[in-house]
Amino acid sequence: MANIQLRNVTKTYGAVNVIKGIDLEIKRGEFMVFVGPSGCGKSTLLRLISGLESITTGDLYFDGERVNNVIPSKRGIAMVFQSYALYPHMTVYDNMAFGMKLGGSSKADMEARVRRAAGMLQIDHLLDRLPRQLSGGQRQRVAIGRAIVRDPRVFLFDEPLSNLDAALRVQTRLEIAKLHHDMRDVTMIYVTHDQVEAMTLADRICVLRDGKVEQVGTPTELYDRPNSVFVAGFIGSPKMNFLEGNFAEAHGCATLGIRSEHIDIVPEGQEMWQGRVVHTEDLGSDNYLFVDVGSGEPLIVRQPGKATIPEGTVVSLLPRPGMLHRFDAAGRPVQMPIAAQ
Amino acid sequence: MTTTISANPERSRGRETSLQSQRARAAFWFLAPMLVMLFFVAAWPLFRSIMFSFTDAEANDIFTGGSEWVGFDNYLSWRVRDDGSIRWRGVLADADWWNAVWNTIRFAFMSVALETVLGLLVALVLNAEFKGRGLVRAAILIPWAIPTIVSARMWGWMLNDQFGIINDMLLTVGFIDSPIAWTARADTAMIAVLMVDVWKTTPFMALLILAGLQMIPRDMYESAKIDGIHPMKVFFRVTLPLLKPALMVAVIFRVLDALRIFDLIYVLTPQSEATVTMSILSYRELQQFGDYGEGSAQSTLLFLIIALFVLLYIWLGRVDLSGERSK
Amino acid sequence: MIDLLTFLFWNLLYFAAFVGITLAVVFPFYYAVLSSADRSGERTASGVFWNIVFWIVVALIVLIAIFPFYYAVLSSLETGTQLFIPNYLPQSLNPANYEAVLTRPSFVSSIVNSVFVATVTVVAALFLAVTASYALARVRFRGRGLLLLTILAVSMFPQIAVLSGLFELVNWLGIYNTPWALILSYTIFTLPFTVWVLTTFMRDLPVEIEEAAIVDGASPWVVISKVFLPLLWPALVTTGLLAFIGAWNEFLFALTFTITETRRTVPVAIALLSGASQQEIPWGPIMAASVIVTVPLIALVLIFQRKIVAGLTAGGVKG
Repeated sequence: MANIQLRNVTKTYGAVNVIKGIDLEIKRGEFMVFVGPSGCGKSTLLRLISGLESITTGDLYFDGERVNNVIPSKRGIAMVFQSYALYPHMTVYDNMAFGMKLGGSSKADMEARVRRAAGMLQIDHLLDRLPRQLSGGQRQRVAIGRAIVRDPRVFLFDEPLSNLDAALRVQTRLEIAKLHHDMRDVTMIYVTHDQVEAMTLADRICVLRDGKVEQVGTPTELYDRPNSVFVAGFIGSPKMNFLEGNFAEAHGCATLGIRSEHIDIVPEGQEMWQGRVVHTEDLGSDNYLFVDVGSGEPLIVRQPGKATIPEGTVVSLLPRPGMLHRFDAAGRPVQMPIAAQ
Repeated sequence: MTTTISANPERSRGRETSLQSQRARAAFWFLAPMLVMLFFVAAWPLFRSIMFSFTDAEANDIFTGGSEWVGFDNYLSWRVRDDGSIRWRGVLADADWWNAVWNTIRFAFMSVALETVLGLLVALVLNAEFKGRGLVRAAILIPWAIPTIVSARMWGWMLNDQFGIINDMLLTVGFIDSPIAWTARADTAMIAVLMVDVWKTTPFMALLILAGLQMIPRDMYESAKIDGIHPMKVFFRVTLPLLKPALMVAVIFRVLDALRIFDLIYVLTPQSEATVTMSILSYRELQQFGDYGEGSAQSTLLFLIIALFVLLYIWLGRVDLSGERSK
Repeated sequence: MIDLLTFLFWNLLYFAAFVGITLAVVFPFYYAVLSSADRSGERTASGVFWNIVFWIVVALIVLIAIFPFYYAVLSSLETGTQLFIPNYLPQSLNPANYEAVLTRPSFVSSIVNSVFVATVTVVAALFLAVTASYALARVRFRGRGLLLLTILAVSMFPQIAVLSGLFELVNWLGIYNTPWALILSYTIFTLPFTVWVLTTFMRDLPVEIEEAAIVDGASPWVVISKVFLPLLWPALVTTGLLAFIGAWNEFLFALTFTITETRRTVPVAIALLSGASQQEIPWGPIMAASVIVTVPLIALVLIFQRKIVAGLTAGGVKG
């Protein structure tokens, strides 16, 4: 329910700059994902928004109101932590009701809200249990339920899936997506280092690097039009192929990027590059060819279906037209139209 | 909506959020009662004691305040006599004091050395897995749980010259041919004190060392075993270096404790020249002779010696000054 | 100077001899301990030999640890001439010494004094320490490390160094020869100890739980009382018990600040327990009194032994 604005926000610990001036607007009801490698400041940024850490300089607004000096519980936020952070000595019910109890809500009101949240997450039958009697997935649901009960303007997730195993992670991811769907006007901010979570959950993604915003945009925008080598390499799996040296110079840039699914195997003579298959990976639905075209690393070429080309074969490769990403020496996109092709 | 934004970056610079200031305020009020209390029971009495050491205060002056400032005279002063010889006075010129200093240091040194080695031995036993380990650990906690005064009395009885069971044992085995007055004789009193102190304090040492031993990952031993390294070598190359920090801290803890020894010696022995320590001498000066000036000078000197060891502890224990967790 | 040199020389010599002997005992033995891990598989002659050595050492440790207390119990049940004949097995079960001690009004009141002083001291120390240790463990502020260090240093104070100043304070407050003098003076070691140990325990509680409570709207006091205290009670029991033992065993202050028999604490009472004449030390009643004041402590220590070990280590090794 809140529109969040960050104006030139910085955070320093002693002499260390963790957040180096961030301007960002998160729209009401939006699902915003902060993503980036570890140490990029994404968790710190979330904690600045939550109020658990103080902002060194700059301003933070919730719905136009400056909240730099507002304590977390007065900001209308709820937070889901990586370690669940359930109160070990309280039952699930008390865990979920604790915030309301401190806020002085009536018993009936409390009961109704807890029951409703528990219903949404199908944890009604667990209300009398203690956290240690629950499985990891159940604990995370209780943590989410506790956040729902707070009826927040802003929902904050700090890597909520990292402690779950792979299968549970997918399942909980779906639930969070459903939650976002059900609570349309609640703004959600989600921190992760996993670009798959970012791509699947986000309305918009904010890629952070070294305490700065690298790019903000919808998942499609980031995938199709990364505005730096860093974003291009970070978003998408397998990683985008990068070619340098002569390969890039031929296209008037310092780094040439092409995604694995945008390279076709063509009959000899029509190719742009040629190379030997040094390794193949078969994923069942797809297969990856690792082709050594003479640049630093082998190009990854994604082919539908099972692998049919044996290792050692020399193949001819042609990138799809318009799918080449060209970056200058500073890692920024080259805007000029493609001349040589 | 944007009209409400009065972006003024200067205003927010360096200011804490209310969460941080709320916590800082709370921290202040949480700490204040403890600090006030510590000031009254520790800092102020210490300060007064040090002040007394620069006066000629006697027991009665505590109530009347009629003492005079004498500077360092209680520590050291001299007077040239008529015949030209110099007469030294004060604690630092007092042979009894130096005797007490040597007694204290000898006691601290010997007891801590014995306790460390024996503590290590007991800790190694408890670190091995065997049936009844819990019982052995419970058994060694008993000496630690017994009040020092009580253990002094128990051992005093066991070491009794006429009826003591220790003499009986030694006579039976044939190590001695006549009973020994352990606690009274000048040459055995300190041995008796050491015996009781080692008995009582080795468990503490063993538990601290055991905790250190258990922090050493088991797989380190297993990989050494797979590599066929001799256990002795493993002990010197792996266990001891890894145990060193825990051992150092435990040793310094014990040294500090041993340097202020009072109760055991006060009760077990007649506090003759053979066993009198700094604490006992100072106590005697204060309580029995009522000389607050010189007694306080002695206790201040003991305080300085112990302060020196505390600094050593901080340095060796690498206590983190920032107050953050050390890894 | 010569004194110092001879002193050092003899001590070093003693020490070297002593270290040599112990090394000779410890290391073969250590070898046995290490091989004991897979003793089951070892049926060799040396395996059996070390096995026996190991169990002998275990037996010796247990015997030495418990014999003095066993002997005190044994002696406390003997009277008359029987007491003065050394014996290793119980010869009689005569409760006369216990009767003698427990009918002495001064001894009974010293037990009451000790219980009262130790309890009040510990409760007061815990009360002050819980909030203080939260601030020290959980709130970042300048000078925190120095403060912790000062507190640690105070707990290592030689008590004699504050004795004259405390004596003055106690007289000024007019509490000389009352339990309050002891409660006040015991704070000097119980308070720093409880603060220090509770701080190390409090630091181990997960940060995210506190942050969740903050987001839920908990003030620092609510975090302590509603979230941390329920999680910390085992630590509180341990710390309180250790502080209680410290206060129960204290001797110097109790000796200095009490003068009448009925105001004494147990250690002073036992230390000064004497018979009709100076020469006749009433060993029987002394042993009975010793057993009486020790049995509850041993029981407590054995019940809480795991927690006590954790508390001792928190106070020591973790630094």
